[in-house]
Amino acid sequence: MAKSIEVRDLNIYYGSFLAVEGVHMTIRPAQVTALIGPSGCGKSTFLRSINRMHEVIPGAYVKGSLELDGTDLYAPGTDPVTVRRQVGMVFQRPNPFPTMSIYDNVIAGQKLNSKKANKSVTDELVEKSLRGANLWNEVKDRLDKPGAGLSGGQQQRLCIARAIAVQPDVLLMDEPCSALDPISTLAIEDLINELKQDYTIVIVTHNMQQAARVSDYTGFFNIEGTGKPGKLVEMDETKTIFSSPREKATEDYVSGRFG
Amino acid sequence: MTTSTTRSGATASTKGAPGGRPPAPRRLPPRAAWIVLGVVLAAALLLGLSTGLNIGLLAVGALVLNVVGLYVWARAVEGRRAATDRLVTAVVTSAFVVAMVPLASLLWTVITLGTNRFDLQFFTYSMLGVVGEGGGAYHAITGTLIVTGLAALISVPIGVLAAVYLVEYGRGRLARAITFLVDVMTGIPSIVAGLFAVALFTLAFGPGTRLGIMGAVALSVLMIPVVVRSVEEMLKIVPNELREASYALGVSKWRTIVRVVLRTSVAGIATGITLAIARVIGETAPLLITLGATTGLNLNPFDGRMASLPVFSYYSYTQPGTPPQPGLDRAWAAALVLMLIVMVLSLVARLISRLFSPKIR
Repeated sequence: MAKSIEVRDLNIYYGSFLAVEGVHMTIRPAQVTALIGPSGCGKSTFLRSINRMHEVIPGAYVKGSLELDGTDLYAPGTDPVTVRRQVGMVFQRPNPFPTMSIYDNVIAGQKLNSKKANKSVTDELVEKSLRGANLWNEVKDRLDKPGAGLSGGQQQRLCIARAIAVQPDVLLMDEPCSALDPISTLAIEDLINELKQDYTIVIVTHNMQQAARVSDYTGFFNIEGTGKPGKLVEMDETKTIFSSPREKATEDYVSGRFG
Repeated sequence: MTTSTTRSGATASTKGAPGGRPPAPRRLPPRAAWIVLGVVLAAALLLGLSTGLNIGLLAVGALVLNVVGLYVWARAVEGRRAATDRLVTAVVTSAFVVAMVPLASLLWTVITLGTNRFDLQFFTYSMLGVVGEGGGAYHAITGTLIVTGLAALISVPIGVLAAVYLVEYGRGRLARAITFLVDVMTGIPSIVAGLFAVALFTLAFGPGTRLGIMGAVALSVLMIPVVVRSVEEMLKIVPNELREASYALGVSKWRTIVRVVLRTSVAGIATGITLAIARVIGETAPLLITLGATTGLNLNPFDGRMASLPVFSYYSYTQPGTPPQPGLDRAWAAALVLMLIVMVLSLVARLISRLFSPKIR
């Protein structure tokens, strides 16, 4: 299920503005890769380019190649919709569908695409996804209640359940804990540790302790100044990045002397 | 010094007592606003009874005196800031009361005059062959429902789809042009919409054509911009995060629009459409020249003249016949029915709103 991602010389543009330049990166399967860096350095933009979500903004495009187990996600004729089914995403702020129950939120991917499935199969999927997101025990008695009635941390886990219910190969997380309290954050971090057995996970975070706690590999993005493109400065195993990085900029950032 | 002694000391001492807190502010009695209002109203009543002054003049005078009186009293006792607070509160409340006066008066007039003929016969008889008493507005009620229904049938899809285009797809020059034209259309005088429909159907069927569908087209011209505007506003407040959440699940754009964006905003859209219908259902001028008028029942909007409630009311009022009273009663009853239809529509919209709006529990 978990697949690797090979990024070669990726440039990301918004219209004529070059937002991220020259990213080379190998994201290993069934591992957690964290992307860190100061605000505006392009790590979220890069993350969103992995499932082509950045194309939602008009005028955005990329140059270079981004391969998921050898298939180019940007090959001509590739539908971004199918890419997004393989590469799921969890956002900064929990965003369950307000008109749907908890149950319907979990199977939103199937429901919105009008996929018919019989009740027992769907029930099984809902239970499996909610268990996968460590939420089953908290909500199993109120699956028909609105998803918006849960707490922030529960909503975020509901969004994770929703993302894994479409059975993607890769899970992208864009600062999934920045809107949550420490206890919910801990719950999500534990969950990330469990999820990496089945999924390749890429997580953007501003919290360096979090990157150190949850990730196996870390990539550091930086920007030289406003208006300049963001670049991947260094990528390595997390413990190397946090103990003996090759680049001075990385060391300054992780040790808090910068940004 | 304990707290209690401080407090008692402060109330007893005057301003700037050494070591004490600032003196407790002096306040007007709890129901000061009502007391002033009562005094002013009593004075106005006495004045009215003794001098026979115009009641409207007295009411306006009482309103002004009430605001000024409260301000002066508060200024004398409580000081400038509290007095200003009371002044603004009084002005705002007075404005609300003033705004309510015409509404209440209108409701009262329509209900008292409209109920004279608000009977079964009014809802079951047309005016065919009726002279003087009796008769009803059955033909006008069905006419209004058919014409407005057709207008909604034309305007709602066009309006909703145009709004979806503007919010989800449109950018650049075309979208700006459409927005501008919609704004211009919102201000079209209704008679112009009527003349447009007449001109259109004269081209197709020759002069003198009067059809139900003509009225529906005229009303659509008035209704579409209102629908576009309100639906556009509703779609805009759907958070972008929901669209992204849907895209990230591998849902295509059109399904996202139908299943997430429209579904989330359906409550607001229903309200907007109801308001648009309410806006056009009472239009008289365009219907006068597109539907014409008739005394008999016509349920086919594609064949011949049709009656409608506003036009029925208009003719019953301007040409009541002799004796005039039955005609006038019918005019007011038709106005009352029109108001009730709008009210029922609002209730339906509220119901839709309640059923479909996002819930927390």
